Amino acid sequence: MNNLPGAEHIIEITYLIATALFILSLKWLSSPKTARRGVFAGELGMLLAVAGTLLHHGIVEYKWILIALVLGSIIGVPLGEVAMTAVPQRTALSHAFGALCVTLVGTAEFYLRAPDVPPFMMAVLSMEVILGSLTFTGSLMAAGKLQEVLPQRPITYKGQNIVNLGLLGVAIVVAGVLVAHPERTQLFPVIVGIPLVFGVMMIIPIGGADMPTVISLLNSYAGLSAAAMGFVLESKLLIIAGALDGASGFILSVNMSKAMNRSFSNVLFGAFGQQQTAATGVQKARPVRSATPEEAAGILAAANKVVIVPGYGMAVAQAQHKVRELYDALTKRGVDVKFGIHPVAGRMPGHMNVLLAEADIPYDKLLDMEEINGEFPQTDVALVIGANDVTNPAARTDPTSPIYGMPILDVDKARTVMVIKRSMAAGFAGIDNPLYYLDKTLMLFGDAKSFVGSIVRELGGGQE
Amino acid sequence: MKLDLLTSLYVFMLAAFIGFEVIRRVSPLLHTPLMSLTNALDAIAVVGAIILAGEYHEHRALLAKILGTIAIVAATSNIVGGFLITDRMLRMFKASGPKKP
Repeated sequence: MNNLPGAEHIIEITYLIATALFILSLKWLSSPKTARRGVFAGELGMLLAVAGTLLHHGIVEYKWILIALVLGSIIGVPLGEVAMTAVPQRTALSHAFGALCVTLVGTAEFYLRAPDVPPFMMAVLSMEVILGSLTFTGSLMAAGKLQEVLPQRPITYKGQNIVNLGLLGVAIVVAGVLVAHPERTQLFPVIVGIPLVFGVMMIIPIGGADMPTVISLLNSYAGLSAAAMGFVLESKLLIIAGALDGASGFILSVNMSKAMNRSFSNVLFGAFGQQQTAATGVQKARPVRSATPEEAAGILAAANKVVIVPGYGMAVAQAQHKVRELYDALTKRGVDVKFGIHPVAGRMPGHMNVLLAEADIPYDKLLDMEEINGEFPQTDVALVIGANDVTNPAARTDPTSPIYGMPILDVDKARTVMVIKRSMAAGFAGIDNPLYYLDKTLMLFGDAKSFVGSIVRELGGGQE
Repeated sequence: MKLDLLTSLYVFMLAAFIGFEVIRRVSPLLHTPLMSLTNALDAIAVVGAIILAGEYHEHRALLAKILGTIAIVAATSNIVGGFLITDRMLRMFKASGPKKP
């Protein structure tokens, strides 16, 4: 395989084709109709690029490469087969793996090249390992919180932001010194080690409901660090793939922040959950109207149009399959059933859509916030399952509310609102929800899965 | 195949613009598969790891081999896992209506 004439050109051409396939892959993902073709294009591009790389004449030993490829595949298969409810933590874990790869390659490249590292190269290399190592530990922490191995509650302490920013500042200063003096190789472990610590500290104050933003942000960092690695290795393919991933993570982060009416820095440095606890505890014991499954079933059966609003509570209760039975039972009776999905419902972007699609609910019934909000005034029943803050009308009406200005699903505009909830405990942000005290609101107290199951039984459907 | 800095920056900038334009069009419906797909594509970093692990190095060869090998494992698990789960998710998205497969 060594020194074939033209081998280098063949490799470059496989990279060129792979780049085109990657872009097509993302383009085809825009619609569910062509999305699977997009995955195929991505796979083909990857296969070509890896095969092309293996032809590289500089490679003198294949044994470890092949062992690593096989081992990686063995780890990858179970990661591709996790349950849909575990997808957020799986995604966080894969950001960690991606970042690990980039950091390790960056580290090795430094020691291979030092002390002759030109300033620009050293700057990019520093960016690669700083972003890579903070993404590595940050993503591991996020995965741990999502898997509930670590406490999900945000942990804050005084001066947290100063400590965190100080850490990052030190890493950047040391990187600056290395740019000027790349021969000081003893400094290099600092720009790997400090970001590793920073990644942990960065995620400590993050609560569960902020996860969609944080995962998107880590996604963006992982992409940018890969692009930086592309600069170091002078690989156009890697620069482009990293830029695409970085752009995707960035767009998602912006979407998520907008959907929570918060800035990036607020998500990262705000520790949302902590501040709000003070705002509650004032009003309690206000009367609410509750209803039994029989009553709820009666109202739903009499409706013409029902919008179901799912939230993370539905995922926790694993209620999506019961919700599907409810959808079937109502549809059979001629009720128009749609789903209204808030961008930050769940623990990662698009989480609810995947769970509902898994439960076989047709995707054209899953509408995002902008699409569904205009329909609530014509809706007979809005059924909220395990969502809280994203339906809180205080975000529209009460300028003193901590979530004032956050775009919400206007469920309060429906004729009747039903809310399935375990108890009257406040939501993630600790904010009371005035929706529950409206005359048109019926509270359905109980576990989402068994309550929906009871409604379905009343409607005479389901029973799997 | 030397690329100078400026060329690299051009490539990065153009790719970022293409990324923004293409990804903006992805429906929020598919944001979870989008993330797992870009994650798999990002694992193209494996090509750098392969060259690192396989090339001949005069000094620090062991370090390069060890780090390169671990990096290949990490990236490959993302490639395999990422494509598998993206395809699994996308298979679940079905339209309503009469057309049954």
